[in-house]
Amino acid sequence: MIRFDAVSKNYPNGTTAVDGLSLELAEGGLTVLVGPSGCGKTTTLRMVNRMVEPSAGTVSLGGRDIREVAAPELRRGIGYVIQHAGLFPHRTVLDNVATVPLLLGWGKKKARSRAAELLELVGLPATMAKRYPYQLSGGQQQRVGVARALGADPPVLLMDEPFSAVDPIVRGELQAEFLRLQKELHKTIVFVTHDIDEAIKLGDHIAVFRTGGKLAQFDTPEKLLEHPADDFVADFVGQDRGIRRLSFVQASGLPLREGPVLPVTAPVAEARALGEPWVLAVDAARRPLGWAATDDLPSGGTLTDATLVPLGHTFSLTGDSARAALDAALLSPSRLAVGVDAQGAVAGVADAYELSAAMARATTLTDVPADAATAPEPGASAASTTPAGLTKGDAGESGPEKDGGAGGDGR
Amino acid sequence: MRDGEPLVRWAWIGDHVDELAHYTGVHLRLGLLPVLFGLIISVPLGMLCHRYRWVYPPTLTAANVLYSIPSLALFMIFVRYTGLTERTVMIPLTLYTLSVLIPNVVDGLASVPDPVRQAATAMGFSTVRRVVQVELPIAVPVVVAGVRVAAVSSISLVAVGQLIGQGGLGYYITRGLQLDFPTPIITATVLIMLLALATDALLVLAQRLLTPWARGKGAKA
Repeated sequence: MIRFDAVSKNYPNGTTAVDGLSLELAEGGLTVLVGPSGCGKTTTLRMVNRMVEPSAGTVSLGGRDIREVAAPELRRGIGYVIQHAGLFPHRTVLDNVATVPLLLGWGKKKARSRAAELLELVGLPATMAKRYPYQLSGGQQQRVGVARALGADPPVLLMDEPFSAVDPIVRGELQAEFLRLQKELHKTIVFVTHDIDEAIKLGDHIAVFRTGGKLAQFDTPEKLLEHPADDFVADFVGQDRGIRRLSFVQASGLPLREGPVLPVTAPVAEARALGEPWVLAVDAARRPLGWAATDDLPSGGTLTDATLVPLGHTFSLTGDSARAALDAALLSPSRLAVGVDAQGAVAGVADAYELSAAMARATTLTDVPADAATAPEPGASAASTTPAGLTKGDAGESGPEKDGGAGGDGR
Repeated sequence: MRDGEPLVRWAWIGDHVDELAHYTGVHLRLGLLPVLFGLIISVPLGMLCHRYRWVYPPTLTAANVLYSIPSLALFMIFVRYTGLTERTVMIPLTLYTLSVLIPNVVDGLASVPDPVRQAATAMGFSTVRRVVQVELPIAVPVVVAGVRVAAVSSISLVAVGQLIGQGGLGYYITRGLQLDFPTPIITATVLIMLLALATDALLVLAQRLLTPWARGKGAKA
């Protein structure tokens, strides 16, 4: 879809922003360009809509050299989102979103009704349409920025650090929302970030650039974490890439055992009889209520009378990744991770050691068919209750961990 | 001043309402048309200075040099070409507005945030459309600030034009001096001040209506 052929960008002062880049970005995929500052990732992005003209090589879009099209015309067919949204302060939210349709001569009425649809699509209430950008929060502005980029339904979206100027909580929301949108829209997206976590969370493919504008590696997130091409990439993806890889292993395949699970109505004596240091109390529907330490159990009565320690968090067998499972084990007072099914009922427990052994097997298994993008465990995808926004694009790739409480993102 | 002459003879004002109204109209025309002409010159010049930064310092210096020439000298120069007409007053006043308006147009265009300019380009605005539909509208609040200064100073400067017989309400000031009669002097002075203040207030109002989006300016980037 988007193809770079031996593309370089040199400036008169002798700096090389991009050096001999050849890259082909798949249609309908989300490619993240990531790297330290000064690595040429933004320059590369801007060469796609001719905001920057290459010094050598060609960039083509859908098989056509982009230089064959006049720059303004080319740009109207490519959505663009930037860091500080860059909304037009003198235009209402609605007119901001209607910008490209108006440029294309759709007429005011049609352009505005399209804009209203887009506002809804990005999750902004219709009451915001008449406001001016200064009346919006940073996160809302960024949503408007995305809506504006989608104005004329362009097949290609360029996004230059779109979420890096908002606080981490809003960023997480925007990312999740954005993945949901992409699942619906299947745009060909080029996304620039300096944040490797964001790259791994969002990208179908990741291009890692090194300083001097050289492409260091172009791979799927799994492959990047698993087999970094060299020390630079390994260093860039960080020390915890082993743990991050677990985001791509489905929790559904992990082995669980029944463990010390008792209804909350069970007598204390029965809990003691299990001979375990901790007992998990569940309600009538087997939903987990909390852990009780055997040593602190009252002398008589039922588990209702015992002090229950909060669970930390559970992991879902139908939507979470192994990373969430491992995190659940580490945070659990009993060191046991509690796996729940789609209904929230306890399916079983496992400790970190048991999990890590299973994960080691799972990651080696996924190595083999990774290129064929095989579907994950049938049970996992069929009964999936994962909120739509939290799984990645299409492809059969396993989704990353659930957001929020699950996963190690809350650090 | 003659003994027993009051500062203001109200009866005189009552007798001269029509004439005062006429001269007030002339005064407004002489004061405000130069601002309009100044704006017509400053916008393209300011755009040029914004686009090619090296043009700006010499342009600004030239505008300031013009501003430093005493109005009397300018009137005398232009009398040779345009005679004792309103034009002879308005040309110097137009030149005077440039030293305020050009920097304000340049600053106004510079006040367009970089991401906004980039976004406009990336959306597919041609250069001309971007300037007309995005950059100039965003520059309006800063430009209006300059127009306010230019308008107020121009309205008060008009009176000097009476030296060549074209001073609007300035007519009453010289008349009053010649006749040793304070009423017209004070009336004209107060009217000129009121005109300046009213013009300023109208410009503020116009800007509020024109740029409702600018109210939060400064509150958020």
